[in-house]
Amino acid sequence: MQGAAPARWTAALAVLAVLVPTAAGCGSRAAADGGPGVLSSSWGDPQNPLEPANTNEVQGGKVLDMVFRGLKRYDPRTGAAENMLAERIETKDSRDYAVTVKDGWTFSNGEKVTARSFVDAWNYGASLRNNQKCAYFFGYIDGYDKVHPESGKQTADTLSGLKVTGPRTFTVRLNQSFSGFPDTLGYAAFAPLPRAFFEDHAAWLKKPVGNGPYRVKSYVRGAQMSLRTWDAYPGPDKARNRGVDLKVYTDGNTAYTDLMSGNLDLSDDIPAAQLRNVKSDLEGRYVNVPAGILQTLAFPFYDGKWDRPGMEKVRTGLSMAIDREQITRTIFRGTRTPATDWTSPVLGAEGGYRAGLCGDACRYDPQRAKALVKEGGGLPGGKLRLTYNADTGSHKAWVEAVCHSINNALGDDRACLADPVGTFADYRNRISQKKLTGPFRAGWQMDYPLIQNFLQPLYYTGASSNDGKWSSEKFDDLVDRANAATDPKTSTGLFQQAEEVVRDQMAAIPLWYQNGSAGYSRRLSDVELNPFSVPVYDRIKVA
Amino acid sequence: MGQYVLRRLLQMIPVFLGATLLIFLMVNVMGDPVAGLCGDKACDAATAARLKAEFGLDRPVWQQYLTYMGNVFTGDFGTAFNGQEVTALMAASFPVTARLTLVAIVFEVVLGVTLGVLTGLRRGRPVDTGVLMLSLVVISVPTFVTGLLLQLLLGVQWHWITPSVSMAAPYDELIVPGFVLASVSLAYVTRLTRTSIAENRRADHVRTAVAKGLPRRRVIVRHLLRTSLIPVVTFIGSDIGALMGGAIVTERIFNIHGVGFQLYQGILRQNTQTVVGFVTVLVLVFLAANLLVDLLYAVLDPRIRYA
Repeated sequence: MQGAAPARWTAALAVLAVLVPTAAGCGSRAAADGGPGVLSSSWGDPQNPLEPANTNEVQGGKVLDMVFRGLKRYDPRTGAAENMLAERIETKDSRDYAVTVKDGWTFSNGEKVTARSFVDAWNYGASLRNNQKCAYFFGYIDGYDKVHPESGKQTADTLSGLKVTGPRTFTVRLNQSFSGFPDTLGYAAFAPLPRAFFEDHAAWLKKPVGNGPYRVKSYVRGAQMSLRTWDAYPGPDKARNRGVDLKVYTDGNTAYTDLMSGNLDLSDDIPAAQLRNVKSDLEGRYVNVPAGILQTLAFPFYDGKWDRPGMEKVRTGLSMAIDREQITRTIFRGTRTPATDWTSPVLGAEGGYRAGLCGDACRYDPQRAKALVKEGGGLPGGKLRLTYNADTGSHKAWVEAVCHSINNALGDDRACLADPVGTFADYRNRISQKKLTGPFRAGWQMDYPLIQNFLQPLYYTGASSNDGKWSSEKFDDLVDRANAATDPKTSTGLFQQAEEVVRDQMAAIPLWYQNGSAGYSRRLSDVELNPFSVPVYDRIKVA
Repeated sequence: MGQYVLRRLLQMIPVFLGATLLIFLMVNVMGDPVAGLCGDKACDAATAARLKAEFGLDRPVWQQYLTYMGNVFTGDFGTAFNGQEVTALMAASFPVTARLTLVAIVFEVVLGVTLGVLTGLRRGRPVDTGVLMLSLVVISVPTFVTGLLLQLLLGVQWHWITPSVSMAAPYDELIVPGFVLASVSLAYVTRLTRTSIAENRRADHVRTAVAKGLPRRRVIVRHLLRTSLIPVVTFIGSDIGALMGGAIVTERIFNIHGVGFQLYQGILRQNTQTVVGFVTVLVLVFLAANLLVDLLYAVLDPRIRYA
């Protein structure tokens, strides 16, 4: 045995000898920066496959915004929907639309963008069998209930409301009047798709091909996507840089450290803990602008205790017990603004945002809060459980602050209790299974900058995101009338009336408007965030 | 010897099955993962039902487990929610973590054992006390503090390294993360070696070797160190598994897209397929490392034999 031992030692050494040179061989550093004019930007791994109608979060949305252009595009500054690929969208009755696509647009693989590129893409997005998570966007189009029934098998493959009438023209028939419909078409789910998407789907997913100012050069899932400027891009918003490298970061802190050391050019995920010193760290290279995100507290109206008459006083009282000013100042360092209505400042006054619509009900007034809660019959069971998910978005700090504020106002240290749920999925489960007994965190990020999007999906009876199952005939009626109105001004006015119903009933407590924020390196200039809190990559200049 | 290995391999089967079953059940208890897929909105019922059917979530748990295990034996670890094969995720992340672990182990072996021998031979001297103090500090400071501190000093202040590791994660970029990952174990290895060396210095075979008039160097390396390494090897062997699965903190700090990153994301997104798949492989690595350690005993100490 002893004689054999040295031989084994030699074997072990030989293994090491093999491993060590590999170590040296891999030593050459992989090119971190993509060359002159290319910027690097922080990214998160998209949760779903990168299909336009299957992407419902910001990280995938970033890519779609660079790779695709739709019929409309939201102005990065004002949020107004402007024609991009649409030459014109005409309607007489807000129900039948005739769309003409501009000539001269192609996908980056050379294929022409035609009416069919849109119709095929929308049919794909709506069809139940494709499991597209944004399918409900096509819910206004006639025949949606056939291709995407609520239960059972689909009885049609294509939307009967879509008809190609020429190489560049198609018609859309809706199942109800909806005057805002053309303005929704800037959403990524409505992007056109090339034939390659349908013919070789797997290959397309590996390297998406679109018609936007950038094309995908390489994509390593979960790690990095390199996008380069498409020189033959026919649109007016040609990229002002040579490309973007999106790098996946697991932790916003690491991205921030990389940004400070010059290893990263742009980070739009500044961790809450760094907000205090971000301005001095980056010497002012920091943008902080309103985004179309509203944080609210929703109520479980399916639980009879919260729905009985008189409870609106308790809900309003709770709203008045929250010191929004102090919480946004101390916890969020000005990256949130106290909410005074149920929409967002990014809509602008013309779009339906009305500061102060909430009035006294959103003003901190502990005395009246206490009185109102008492008048309304007190908290159900004398206690309040405020539920939130603890895994993302650092919600813990503000939920506890809100509870603290409520306790102070009501003069009861044990009135409000923060109730964390471990994961977001579990949190969503409890909501959809109606297991919550008290108010819960509800965040709303707009899909498109329309007042309709801030109200209908959230408060209309049976709407897709009406998690609290609130229902009001008056509200529903006003929304129906607003959608049917052809004049935008009348429509907006009716939506605001509907919003007042939400206020009087305090269907949800508005907390604050959320800003998008980003820091950038010395190499960059003209960094902006659009109302969806996504950097406007094509406008960024690289020194 | 061969029989011993075979017996050990057979013993692995129940351990493997039990471990996978436990993980599978634990991930399942967390609830329905489809609910988390649609952002702050509720998935529409029809799409949710289809997704559930596609991932087999609509069937009873035992059936899901059997199907899963059946697939695993054919090399199919399922598909993650973002449409990627779990095997593809593994192929991308295990090499990275393996490299990181290797760097960490090299630090442990080279630095840890050297310091251990040095202090073990000079017990009570200033070197010994100094290293002892230092290892105490390293053990008591959490990894994320060491990691963030080194990242800030070397990466941001002095620009010696880039604060994050690039996508390819070559060895030279993994030196600092590897050191951070190894730091705590490094201190343990030093202490284990030191104690073991100090004990064995008075052992019969060492005294015999000295009495034979062998050169000091040979006595230390061939006679003293070899037998003293047994507890150290045991520790390092079990540490391989711990390092691979427990690198989550280090991987997050340095943005390394390894096993820790995939596991973390898998847990957040309640992705059964990813979590169970990765942990299954980690269990296998752990078992293999333990077997290797047991076989190494015989190499290190001729008195140990396996029949």
